[in-house]
Amino acid sequence: MNKDLTKKFSSGHATCAGCGIPAIVRTVLGATDEPVIVSNATGCLEVTTTIYPATSWKVPYIHSVFGNAAATAAGIDAAQKALEKSGKLKKKAKIVAFGGDGGTYDIGLQALSGALERGHDFLYVCYDNEGYMNTGGQRSGATPYGANTETAPVGSQSFGKTQQRKDLMEIVKAHGIKYLAQANVAYLPDLKRKAQKALNTPGPSFLLVLQPCTQIWKFPTSEYVAVGKLATETNFWPLYEIEDGKYIINNIAKEPKPIEEFLKTQGRFKHLFKDANKDVIAKIQNDVNVSWEKLQKKV
Amino acid sequence: MEKITKNKTNVKALTGGYAVAEAWRQIEPDVMAVYPITPQTTIIETYAKMKADGKVATEIVQVESEHSAMSATIGASAAGARAVTASSSQGILYMAETLPVVSGLGLPIVMSVSSRALSAPLNIHGEHGDVMAVRDLGWVQIFAEQVQDAYDDTIIALKLAEEINAPVMPIMDGFHTSHTTERIEILDDEVVKKFVGERKVQQSLTDFENPTTFGTLALQNTFFEFKLDQEKVMQKAKIAYKKICGEFFKISGRKYSLFEAYQLEDATSVIVIMGATAGTAKDAIDKLRLKGKKVGLLSVKLFRPFPYGEIGKALSHISKIAVLDRAISFGAFPPLYQDIVSSVYHSHSRKPDLVSYIYGLGGRDTMQKDIEKVFQDLAEGEISSKIKYLT
Repeated sequence: MNKDLTKKFSSGHATCAGCGIPAIVRTVLGATDEPVIVSNATGCLEVTTTIYPATSWKVPYIHSVFGNAAATAAGIDAAQKALEKSGKLKKKAKIVAFGGDGGTYDIGLQALSGALERGHDFLYVCYDNEGYMNTGGQRSGATPYGANTETAPVGSQSFGKTQQRKDLMEIVKAHGIKYLAQANVAYLPDLKRKAQKALNTPGPSFLLVLQPCTQIWKFPTSEYVAVGKLATETNFWPLYEIEDGKYIINNIAKEPKPIEEFLKTQGRFKHLFKDANKDVIAKIQNDVNVSWEKLQKKV
Repeated sequence: MEKITKNKTNVKALTGGYAVAEAWRQIEPDVMAVYPITPQTTIIETYAKMKADGKVATEIVQVESEHSAMSATIGASAAGARAVTASSSQGILYMAETLPVVSGLGLPIVMSVSSRALSAPLNIHGEHGDVMAVRDLGWVQIFAEQVQDAYDDTIIALKLAEEINAPVMPIMDGFHTSHTTERIEILDDEVVKKFVGERKVQQSLTDFENPTTFGTLALQNTFFEFKLDQEKVMQKAKIAYKKICGEFFKISGRKYSLFEAYQLEDATSVIVIMGATAGTAKDAIDKLRLKGKKVGLLSVKLFRPFPYGEIGKALSHISKIAVLDRAISFGAFPPLYQDIVSSVYHSHSRKPDLVSYIYGLGGRDTMQKDIEKVFQDLAEGEISSKIKYLT
């Protein structure tokens, strides 16, 4: 493997075939030449990269518990400030926290909010695979409407998740941080550019990166880029940035593809294509249209 | 032995909370995570004011919960900083998930505790229920009887934590100690700073040349050994604590040990207790001694690791023992009683009379007459295998 790519995160790890998480990590960490310290929430990334006595991390790394990646990063930030003041630290590292959607939208949201509000100097990256994938695919606050999950399963009386996903970008934006962006593992140059901007932003910055999960979304391992691209091409997952409060959309397609193009690639939405669930697909399409219009108005 | 200088400015009237903050001011840790909870709040707000007045350079992280308080302290400590926090009651339980992480990672974090009852019903007053709930998580636990101990324990705890690379919880009784003003002797700032020295960091997140992975995943083939290593650290902690208490005596003239024996030598009936109520018990013993009663006290100072052998030996000549717990263990004997039973089982050739008492829950006062009643029960042979309650 390209030596540059494995400089900070080695090629030896245990993520599933067709998982995009390593690509996200390498792209984000590769966006700076400064030293980096990583804080990681419990989840897929953590369990697949730190199996004792091996580690995939060639940069300083800490995992503590599920919901505290941001609070741990806050402590590292405070330590760096204190040690720099007392002359014990020659150079400050960039601090990057990684969490999945479970560790970010749900159990880690309070810690993230506190760290953003206090203005710690760190980048938080949420790799969003839309559910608790490390525990086998349960529903999270990021799981989309209509998806089949282990804790919101499809049944004779159920079409899967009956609630909308949280709008985490707006929640994070409400903290008034200088830079945040929505990205997608299927568009790595875009992710790299955003990571560079985020890492050069003083204070907190945030990246929300779509990470299609081959295991739980149920699609062939060779397809994660194609599935990721469809999420953006249907406007289900627009790419955009919020810089100093200003919205910039990065991917205005002339003609967005119908949402079915994205849904039909994945087993988790298979049940929606039955006649009885036609209205669910119609609602998803309508929600995508409304969200897209809203986003455009913010620009 | 260094000369101990005492002058009027070193003698102060302070509450337990302020005294602990004063010890922290002298130590001046790199990072302190602060979050309010009664009755601990006086520690962190006093410290925050010291920072606001420019008396300390500590980076204060005003976290949004106790869970984040300990999480930020973990991050800071792993990054090589001297990092501390404080808590009580629900706060300790809220952060409980992170407490075994601290000991598992071998981080020398000190958390000052004003112990308090647990909900429900809500109660903000003194009790040991909170610290007992987290006693098996690899933290050293040291109990203070009075404000002077609370101050001294903070300094000893920090040195101990950094010597053994394990977390330490110095504990004072909420309100009874944390909010009671007492006369205490403060050491000179330079003496404290010299005593605690600098933290010697072995591995750190800020060592970019030698990147370390903290908090790995250990499976069936390695996890057990990690836990055995922690147990070795706890055994080391007892020896290190004794040694540091000896060093502390040299700078302060104040003697601490694994436990305090009061009128124990010729006693026939003894109360075993921890924390603030030991003071009340000593007064009761003084009174009873005047009447010729052979009564004594063993006040446990180091609760984790528990000095079974030393305590068993100290009690080996005692035939009547009452163990007073300021905590309830629903459906079981309370924690201190269980540890005393384990201690005397191996040290006594004849089974002593042992009684378990529970006192002081939710801040209920325990008066001298309550202690006298316990001794009276022991004298009159009111020995029962049932738990007695000093309500």
